[in-house]
Amino acid sequence: MIEVTALHKTFGSIHAVSGLSFAAPDGCITGLLGPNGAGKSTTLRMLATLLRPDAGDARIDGHSVVSEPIAVRRSLGVLSHASGLYPQLTARENILYFAELHGLDRRTAKTRVEELVQQLELGDFIDRRSKGFSQGQRLKTALARAVVHRPRNLILDEPTNGLDVTAVRALRGLLKALRAEGHCIVFSSHVMQEVALTCDDIVVMAGGRVVASGSVEALRERAGEASLEDAFVKLIGTAEGLN
Amino acid sequence: MRSLWIVFRKEFFENLRDRRILLAALVFGPVLGPALLAGVLQLSVTQGETAREQPLTLPVVGAESAPTLMAVLQSQGITVDPVALDEPQIRAAIAARDMAVVLQVPADFAERWSRAEPAPLQLFFDRSDQFGGEAAAARVGRVLEAYGSSIAQSRLLLRGIDPLTTAVLAVQEVDVSTPLSRASLALGMLSYLTIFAMLFGGLYLAIDTTAGERERGSLESLLMAPVARRQLIYGKIAATTSYMLISLALTLVACALSLQLVQVEQFGLSIDLSATTVLKLFAVTAPLALFGAGLLTVVASFTRSFREAQSYLTFAISLPTLPLAFISLLQVDSSALALATPSLGQHLLMMRILRGETLVPVDFAISVGASLLLGTLLCVVAGRLYEREAILG
Repeated sequence: MIEVTALHKTFGSIHAVSGLSFAAPDGCITGLLGPNGAGKSTTLRMLATLLRPDAGDARIDGHSVVSEPIAVRRSLGVLSHASGLYPQLTARENILYFAELHGLDRRTAKTRVEELVQQLELGDFIDRRSKGFSQGQRLKTALARAVVHRPRNLILDEPTNGLDVTAVRALRGLLKALRAEGHCIVFSSHVMQEVALTCDDIVVMAGGRVVASGSVEALRERAGEASLEDAFVKLIGTAEGLN
Repeated sequence: MRSLWIVFRKEFFENLRDRRILLAALVFGPVLGPALLAGVLQLSVTQGETAREQPLTLPVVGAESAPTLMAVLQSQGITVDPVALDEPQIRAAIAARDMAVVLQVPADFAERWSRAEPAPLQLFFDRSDQFGGEAAAARVGRVLEAYGSSIAQSRLLLRGIDPLTTAVLAVQEVDVSTPLSRASLALGMLSYLTIFAMLFGGLYLAIDTTAGERERGSLESLLMAPVARRQLIYGKIAATTSYMLISLALTLVACALSLQLVQVEQFGLSIDLSATTVLKLFAVTAPLALFGAGLLTVVASFTRSFREAQSYLTFAISLPTLPLAFISLLQVDSSALALATPSLGQHLLMMRILRGETLVPVDFAISVGASLLLGTLLCVVAGRLYEREAILG
């Protein structure tokens, strides 16, 4: 469960996020949709405790990102589009490293990696160095690394950037499986078809605030437009930066 | 502490697999260093030998006016080459480096000589000529002076005066340098070499763990681990320090082995690089590794890419070795401040060990304490840098 309340963040004179509020319930994939520069990444980085909000707060399973960053990091898994791996380590070693940093002892960590190998189908490349991995193999390894500590909440920042269709489909399948287990998933994208296909609820962002939220159907009704694309353009006020 | 250890172990073993890093840590210093040292040592020793024995050809203007003097010069291994040049031509020849030194015997030389008046001689040379002008002139000058004084003594004897009455002082130069101390002079570069090799051994690790991690995009994920960021960066600094220590140990051992191959004893130098000496050298230098690792990590933390870090760090690595480059120009005494200065203190202590002097515990404590203190300070600064949001770039 992720609750965001009146979040603010400025970089110099740029107001990246101004008074953002939304909630992402458990057992649901919430999409954060907005054009480039809408403040999606800044918002997710504040949720991940990488950035400190100037004002407002966000709670992950009740833990404040401002006052309990360590507790937040324990209950959160994050997959950003810049999920680099250590090229000299094998996929297994990459995942184990983060398992141990999350406090798992070596034996538990090893068992957990075996579980993830089954779940995410990492078997083909788990013991290969990640130097020459394909995009899909990278994504799977990074995802395994993000969920190695069994977080209840998962944040994905533009995870499908640069992925081919097969990898995107595989990711979508995984997210739906995690949703079925009752996880809370927040998924950001500027690709509306992507969000429409994957997400249950959509939060539309523009200029650092929420301009609309609800299910795909509800948004379409609200905008009074038959096509999803027209609905989004109307809600955001411009087609600039959308795909 | 547990996360520090996890980060340390990962960085240590991951980078063992990186050929470039391994090359810097295990090959550059330990192989190139001693080879360079042995080469330079051999070169300087053999050069000293040849310069002394090399025959010197001396162009002489007006040689016919002083046949006895010419015979004396010949007897001292200086080949007289009679030439006919006027003064501007002599100056031009020396300026053009065609001649290193020219002796001019004026026409009235013989006449003044027979009247027992000071007989004039002109010795032309260029003091700014680094390739032997001054040395050659000094050598000719010594022969002339020795000849002059022997003639003076016989003249005094002829006049019934004991030549000893003109000898007011009898100064004897006593060289108290031992073979060991003469050797350590030649080994001044050993400390520079080992310190540089040590810092270089950790250079790539310092970049890889900071700018490299950011460039690869793994920094964000790492900073989201539920541990204090300070612990992460301390683990990284610990890994860099350990690479520097390995590099230092290997370089020292390799230097000790290579000096045995050169057999410096044959040149009258004696260097005691026994196991105990190597251990002592390691002990005084090791604390500098923490300082070096801290410094390189802090500098690398400000850079955005591997390339940028590389150019900044190449400069940063020369900072600790800067005092050593100037030590031969400046007379640095072993004051407490000098001992406390990182790299300079290590150099002074290493020189003392190489000279076979006993190590004063207080001096050792000052050097070690100061380097560890400054190193810890740099670690704290690095920790602070990683608490900032700007570290994400």
